[in-house]
Amino acid sequence: MPEQGVVREVAFRGGGFAPKTRRRVGLVVFVALIALAEWGTRAGWISALTLPRPSDVLQTFIELYSSGLLFKHLVPSLMRLVVGAAIGVTIGIGTGVLIGLFSYIRSGLVPLIAAIFPIPKIALLPLFVIWFGIGEGSKYALIAFGTFTPTVVATYGAVDNVDRTLIRMGQSFGLTWFSIVRKIVLPGAMPGILSGLRISLAIAIILLVAAEMLGAEYGIGAYILEAGSLYDLERLFVGVIILSVLGVVVSGLIGAAEKRLLNWRV
Amino acid sequence: MKIELADISHRYGDAEVLRDISLSIPDGQIVCIVGPSGCGKSTLLRFIGGLEKPSAGQVLQRGEMPAGCLNPLTYIFQDFALLPWRSVSGNVSLVLEDHGIRGRDATKIIDDVLERTRLTDFAHALPRQLSGGMKQRVAIARALAVNPAVLLMDEPLSALDSQTRELLMDDLIMLWGRQPFTAVYVTHNLAEAVRLGHRIVVLSRRPGCIRKVIDIDKPLAERKPGDHDLDAFQQQLWELMRDEARAADAELINA
Ligand SMILES: Nc1ncnc2c1ncn2[C@@H]1O[C@H](COP(=O)(O)OP(=O)(O)O)[C@@H](O)[C@H]1O
Ligand SMILES: [Mg+2]
Repeated sequence: MPEQGVVREVAFRGGGFAPKTRRRVGLVVFVALIALAEWGTRAGWISALTLPRPSDVLQTFIELYSSGLLFKHLVPSLMRLVVGAAIGVTIGIGTGVLIGLFSYIRSGLVPLIAAIFPIPKIALLPLFVIWFGIGEGSKYALIAFGTFTPTVVATYGAVDNVDRTLIRMGQSFGLTWFSIVRKIVLPGAMPGILSGLRISLAIAIILLVAAEMLGAEYGIGAYILEAGSLYDLERLFVGVIILSVLGVVVSGLIGAAEKRLLNWRV
Repeated sequence: MKIELADISHRYGDAEVLRDISLSIPDGQIVCIVGPSGCGKSTLLRFIGGLEKPSAGQVLQRGEMPAGCLNPLTYIFQDFALLPWRSVSGNVSLVLEDHGIRGRDATKIIDDVLERTRLTDFAHALPRQLSGGMKQRVAIARALAVNPAVLLMDEPLSALDSQTRELLMDDLIMLWGRQPFTAVYVTHNLAEAVRLGHRIVVLSRRPGCIRKVIDIDKPLAERKPGDHDLDAFQQQLWELMRDEARAADAELINA
């Protein structure tokens, strides 16, 4: 029988649910927001007490830079960040791998990690001061401790997710235990470890300000706290923006590391 | 080298998986193990390779290892088990490194096995760039690199499409023709069993025990798809297995 009646095109209902990076859109959002703030503060419908004028913030930044104080603040902060995060991440990855590999360590440490994860590390600052002194030691310890817990959790999760058939393969070819860990477990866990690192390092930057609350003369955190206590919004914003940029740089570095180390992924 | 299984039984908790398996795997022959899914074929192969211990019974190796053998019992896995972060030659070199074979010695072995598996041009490719058949050839190359006494293959062709499977069967037959190896080949595909097996062992459904052992004398090189003798063997195997397979299927639903 020949077909009859209406002819319609099949309606398209796929698509969506696959966001792509559109270049420059992020930049446009930034520029638009800043332009809005500039316009508002100039036109007067945003009062100077609500939000500093972006151009004033820029001016303050330029002053900070030309006075040479920028690096005086930045260098000790970066030092604290690098040393603290390096300690926390190293011990964290090591502990995470051990939890991922040994039953007793797993049973012993997983509840402990769950117990210390939710403690706001800032609350322990006085304790760290007693243990490590008011100097750099307590600052390193705070940042290290803050990055340690999320690194551990990400690492043992990543080790758990390593394909067991690859480990069986290693055993079936008589590889040593150490070779299996180094050549199969660690590279297999690397994607999970790196994405955990994004979180840990962001937490390290958050804790920087807390670490510099006590007895730090120089440092981005100290600079922000001082500006805050004086209600100097321009300087407060300069400091906050430096932290943001630091966050973007760290995230970019991890992205580059992922590109290099995980180029085998599809 | 010869492998002997003596009265192997195994249970996982309450489930009896294998019962009284005694079997010998002669030197230089391919023994195929067929049986309905869940009857314990993979488990049996893990016992032979020393990756797991049976509840009762023993696996024995008899005779000398071939000279230059690095890993007497060597696996080829169904899902290839290649390290995705290593290139083709890196995957082969993985199994040599722990034996202290590096540099020029390693290159010699790697070049040789890649040549035998027709992968020379892909030495630097990553696994994700390869087709399924090529991935399995890399796994075969890796297994050949350790000069095994016995190859243990667990459904090595099951993840591949039927054309690729034919090609790889030809490859395996060619490799065996060049240098006969001992192999235990687990499959649920009866056509593969009659093409590759000198001896075919039929297991019953769980708990797996040996239902029948069939020897096929026809040389591997003369077996071709559509061969009447082979079809007769395949028919015979299917008749042995049909009821078992049906019962096993029903059991899985109830379980
Ligand atoms: N590690 C294990 N723990 C518990 N049961 C298992 C384990 N491995 C396999 N089994 C069970 O043993 C039976 C045989 O499994 P397997 O050897 O994989 O069968 P086959 O390879 O023949 O399909 C199945 O019922 C399976 O569920
Ligand atoms: Mg199986």
